[in-house]
Amino acid sequence: MATLQLRNLRKSYLAHEVIKGVDLEVADREFVVFVGPSGCGKSTLLRMIAGLEEITSGDLLIDGQRVNEVGPADRGLAMVFQSYALYPHMTVRDNMGFALRMAGVPKPERARKVAEAARILQLEPYLDRRPKELSGGQRQRVAIGRAIVRNPRIFLFDEPLSNLDAALRGQMRIELARLHEDLQATMIYVTHDQVEAMTLADKIVVLQAGRVEQVGSPLELYHHPANLFVAGFIGSPRMNLLEARVLGADGAGVMLEAAGARLTVPAGGASRPGAAVTLGIRPEALRPDPAGAFAGEVRLVERLGGLTLLHVTLVGGEAVVVQIEGSDPTPAHAPVRLGVEGAACHVFDAEGQALPALGRHPLAA
Amino acid sequence: MSFTTLDQGAEVTAAPPGARRRSAFPLLAPSVSVLLLWMIVPLAMTLWFSFQRYNLLNPEVSGFAGLENYEFLVTDPDFWASLTNTLILVGSVLVITVGFGTLLAVLFDQPFPGQGVARVLAISPFFVMPTVSALVWKNLMMHPIYGVLGSLARAVGMEPVDWFAEYPLLAVIVIVAWQWLPFALLILLTAVQSLDHEQKEAARMDGAGPVAQFVFITLPHLGRAISVVVMIETIFLLTVFAEIFVTTSGGPGNATTNLAFLIYARALLQFDVGGGSAGGVVAILLANVVAFFLVRSIARRLEV
Repeated sequence: MATLQLRNLRKSYLAHEVIKGVDLEVADREFVVFVGPSGCGKSTLLRMIAGLEEITSGDLLIDGQRVNEVGPADRGLAMVFQSYALYPHMTVRDNMGFALRMAGVPKPERARKVAEAARILQLEPYLDRRPKELSGGQRQRVAIGRAIVRNPRIFLFDEPLSNLDAALRGQMRIELARLHEDLQATMIYVTHDQVEAMTLADKIVVLQAGRVEQVGSPLELYHHPANLFVAGFIGSPRMNLLEARVLGADGAGVMLEAAGARLTVPAGGASRPGAAVTLGIRPEALRPDPAGAFAGEVRLVERLGGLTLLHVTLVGGEAVVVQIEGSDPTPAHAPVRLGVEGAACHVFDAEGQALPALGRHPLAA
Repeated sequence: MSFTTLDQGAEVTAAPPGARRRSAFPLLAPSVSVLLLWMIVPLAMTLWFSFQRYNLLNPEVSGFAGLENYEFLVTDPDFWASLTNTLILVGSVLVITVGFGTLLAVLFDQPFPGQGVARVLAISPFFVMPTVSALVWKNLMMHPIYGVLGSLARAVGMEPVDWFAEYPLLAVIVIVAWQWLPFALLILLTAVQSLDHEQKEAARMDGAGPVAQFVFITLPHLGRAISVVVMIETIFLLTVFAEIFVTTSGGPGNATTNLAFLIYARALLQFDVGGGSAGGVVAILLANVVAFFLVRSIARRLEV
C-alpha cells in the first residue's frame, strides 16, 4: 500500500536547474515508467524520490506524508541500481539480508525472508555464491531480491536492464511484469528504452530537460501525443513529420495541405487558414494506394521479414517511412502513391503542441 | 599419409627442441648473467663467509669454522634482542601506517576545500630521504631542548621528554611510521576512490550509517589494497637501517638494534665478517619465513 505525490519538485546544482518543477501522482500498485533521452533528469528525479539527492524545493509525499527530510533508509523504499551495486565480498544470502541485518532483524526471521525472496526469484541454488560467480541475469535477480526482502512500500528501478544483452533483456522484462503482478507493489522504473516503457508501464512519464512533457497510459501517449517531442520519442520507427499549411476548419476537422496533398484531419483547436503547422503520420498509418493523396518514389526498401519499411521521398522532397507487411512486393526506385486515414494523423501547431483530436482511439480512452 | 605430412610440416616450421634452446641462449645470456652476478654470487659468498673464520682484525686466524659463527650468534643476547626489535618495529609501523592510512584515506576521499594541497602535503614525507627525515625528527622535533615536542611540553608546563633516551624504540617507530604513512595513504586512497559509487548508495538505501558503511563496504573493499601495503612495507621495514644509524646507532645498549643494524655492527664495527655473514643468512631466512606466510595469506586475498 503506497502512493506517491510530487509537488512542484525542483533540483538545482548551484545556479543550474536540472529538475524544473515536476508534479506527479502515483497511485497504489501502479507501475510508473520515467522515460526520456539521456540527460533529461529522469535518473535524478528517481534519486530524489529515493533520498539520494537532496530536493531543492517542492514537496515529496509518500502515503500523504512529506518525506523531504527523511533519510533514504527510512522512506521505506528499495532501489535496484543500473550496475546492480551488489556487495562483491558478500554471498548472495548476505547481500539480500544486508538491509535486514542493518535494521537489527533477528537471524531466523532474516533467513526466512531471504529464503522467501530466493524462492520467488528462483535463486535458491545460488545463495552461497558470490556476485562474481553469477551471470548478468542472476545478478539482476539478486539486486531485485535485495529489494524484495525489505518489503518496501515502493520499488525504484534505475535502468535495471541496460547492462543485459537483448535476449536476456526481453526475458527479464517479462519477469519484471510478472513480479509486479505477484507482489502487487508500487513500482517506479527509469529507462530510455521505449519498448520497456510501453510494455511494462501502467503510466508513462515522458521527461525532457527536467520537465514533464506528458503523463499517460502507453497507448494514450502513442495515439494522442501531447506535443512534437512525445510524438517523436514514442514509437519506432519514428513518426513522420511533414510541414503543412492550414486551408480551413469546420466541424469535421482541419483541412490541410502538405507535400502537395490535401486531407482533412479530425482535430479541433483554433487554427486560422494559412497557419503553418506540422502533420504527423505514424509509419504504419501510411500504405501504398493507387488513389492515395501523396506521390513519391521509393528510395530504399528494408525487409525485416514480418515487416517491410519503405523509405519514400515525396514530390516536395520530404522523406517518409512507411511500414507495411513483409509480403508487400513494392521494389526500390518504383514510383508510388501513399494513402492515409485522416483519423490516424496528428496535427501540431507552430509551438509544437498537438491540436486536440476530435475522437479518441478506442484503446487509449 | 597424414603422419608423413605432419612430420614434414613440423620439420619445416619448427626446429628440434634442443636446437631451439641453443639458439635462444645468446639472447637469454645477458639477463641470466646479470641475475647471477646480482643475486647468486653475493648469496653464495655470504653463505661461504658464514662458515669461515674471517675477522679483519685477526687475518691470521682463518679457515673453515663449521657452525661456530652461528653458535656464537644464537648464544649472543644481542641477537635475540635485535630479532625482537625487528619484529616490534615492523609490526608497530604496519599497524600505525595501515590504521591511520585507512582513516586518512577515507577522510581525504571526502570533498573539502584545499583538498589537492592537503593531499600533496600528506604524501610529501615519502619523498624525504630516510637520513634527512631521521635528522629532522631527531634535532627539530624530538630534541628535548631545541625540539618542537619539547617546547610544546614546556608551553603547557610539562617536563620535556628525551625521546631517544627514554623511549628509543618508540621514537624510531614514530619516525619510520611517519615516512611510510604516505605510502599506505596513497595506495589506500586510490583503492577508496575505486569503490563503486552505487555500492555506497545501495548501502545507504539498506540503512547502513557512515560507520556501518565503513565496516561492511569500505573495509572489505580495501582488503586487497591493505594486503599489498602490508606486503611491500614488510619487505622494506625488515631492512630499516638509516633511521637507526642516524638517530641512536642501535642504542642505548641494544634498545634499537634491529637485525640489519646488528649485521652492520658485526661486520663493519667489530670487523667480524664471518659472524656478520651468519647474521645475514639468518636475516634471509627470516625474510623468507615472513614472505612465505604473507604470500600465502595474501595470495588467497588477491583472488577475491
